[in-house]
Amino acid sequence: MIRIQNLSKVYKTNKQEIQAVDNVSLNIEQGEIFGVIGYSGAGKSTFVRLINRLEEPTDGSVVIHDKDITNMPKNQLRKKRQKIGMIFQHFNLLWSRTVYENIAFPLEIAGVPKTKQQEKVLELINLVGLSGKENAYPSQLSGGQKQRVGIARSLANDPEVLLCDEATSALDPETTDDILDLLVSINKKLGLTIILITHEMHVIQKICHRVAVMENGKVVETGDVLDVFVKPQSKTTKRFVQQLNPLEHEKDKLAEFINDREDSEVVKLHFIGKSAKRALISEVAKTFDVEINILQGSIAPTQEGAYGTLFIEINGEKEILKKTIEFMEDTGVEVEVLKHA
Amino acid sequence: MLEELFPNVIPEDLWEATLETFYMTSIAILGTLIFGILLGLLLFLTDSGNLWQNRFINFITATIVNVFRAIPFIILILLLFPFTDFLIGTIRGWKAALPALIFGAAPFYARLVEIGLKEIDKGVIEAAKTMGAKTHTIIFKVLLPESMPALISGLTVTGIALIGYTAIAGIIGAGGLGDLAYMKGFQRRDFDVVLACTILIIVIVFIFQYIGDTLSKLIDKR
Repeated sequence: MIRIQNLSKVYKTNKQEIQAVDNVSLNIEQGEIFGVIGYSGAGKSTFVRLINRLEEPTDGSVVIHDKDITNMPKNQLRKKRQKIGMIFQHFNLLWSRTVYENIAFPLEIAGVPKTKQQEKVLELINLVGLSGKENAYPSQLSGGQKQRVGIARSLANDPEVLLCDEATSALDPETTDDILDLLVSINKKLGLTIILITHEMHVIQKICHRVAVMENGKVVETGDVLDVFVKPQSKTTKRFVQQLNPLEHEKDKLAEFINDREDSEVVKLHFIGKSAKRALISEVAKTFDVEINILQGSIAPTQEGAYGTLFIEINGEKEILKKTIEFMEDTGVEVEVLKHA
Repeated sequence: MLEELFPNVIPEDLWEATLETFYMTSIAILGTLIFGILLGLLLFLTDSGNLWQNRFINFITATIVNVFRAIPFIILILLLFPFTDFLIGTIRGWKAALPALIFGAAPFYARLVEIGLKEIDKGVIEAAKTMGAKTHTIIFKVLLPESMPALISGLTVTGIALIGYTAIAGIIGAGGLGDLAYMKGFQRRDFDVVLACTILIIVIVFIFQYIGDTLSKLIDKR
């Protein structure tokens, strides 16, 4: 649906060239929530601005619904932009306009008649849950409410795609979750394709179907969110995944449980998708003559299923231990036996 | 009581001079508003990174603005005599003061407009672009409304400077309170006339400032 090919952006200053976006190619499917994650300076913000040509690409092409954005003349591009919604980190609302007037603004630009404007604006206000706030000014709203106005505004002309540039980065964790829930419900209700830029893995984990990891202007890894979570390939991706899994930071604390005895093993279990919901531990305890000591555990839900990690200590006879681990591996759970480094 | 304090003041003359000052200032403010906003927008839009980015036009506009701001007002009046004569048909009376007043104040206001526009959050302009807004839509629906409090308080400051200018223009025969104070007051050594004119000018300035402040506050929803 959106085909991005060899997209590049070079900034030239007096003395040097900066390659902000370097030969990025991606295909984004109709109706998916596609995340782009990277540390600041990775080029992700420039990347999203190339999609609607807020920045002119140096090279490459962006094709949305078979229309090449990159070589469109200005007046055609303006029309097309009405179908590409965008929300921002700092909301970018007009302080001089009320909530109602802010949402009506893109409709005014598109030349929608007043009576139809009213219908659409009220519908959108309902959709984003701001009923009763029509006549409030942005300064009277909280951050989360402001972003809701931003979202309503971006949806006014029934866009084909919604670009989110760090849309939750200025919000507190709870409000972030509310806004993410709203984006998911819009994605489901309207079948809207969403491209989302963020530096928080939490955001990717919570709502994205697929993710691209950016570093130095390049996409270093891309794939289904769950796959990327479970088997991160690049160093950057691993760091992002660790951000989310507090246990990874506490591996040292497990050291005291790890020993060289043959009747005791410390095991790290990875539960992915459906297996995360299985009562594996009690199954094992019933089947084998072992003692299980749960050390640490966490679970993270994603759009494609849950992803959990569990550290356990198993005590028992050597042979039984071996069978137990084989049994666990057979269930599809990923098992890693921890040894001293 | 008033007659004892101001024995040489003729109320009719004072009233007429006040009205002249009022007309002069009002029309000059209107002219300053129009030309100042046009120049200010031009300065802002042609600046680097903005919608009409154009070094040449920006340089020319900035030069004109700077030159007219640099000329002392009293000299500007004299320099503009031929132009005023051509445009108004006379170089006497309050109407003849208008070109110099507008030429003197508009460039000053243009800079204040430019500052006001620069203070608009760039993201808001960007947001309008992502919605497919044309430049004139951005000017009339984003730039001007979003900078309105700055435009109004800038106009208040400029308007008060203009009242001062009208008094200077009065000395070379433009009418108004400045004229009255100089010709009937200072020249005849009737300092009560000078004092009465001064008080009225101060009152006008205060009224102006009050209107400006109130309007600016009323419109500011930030």
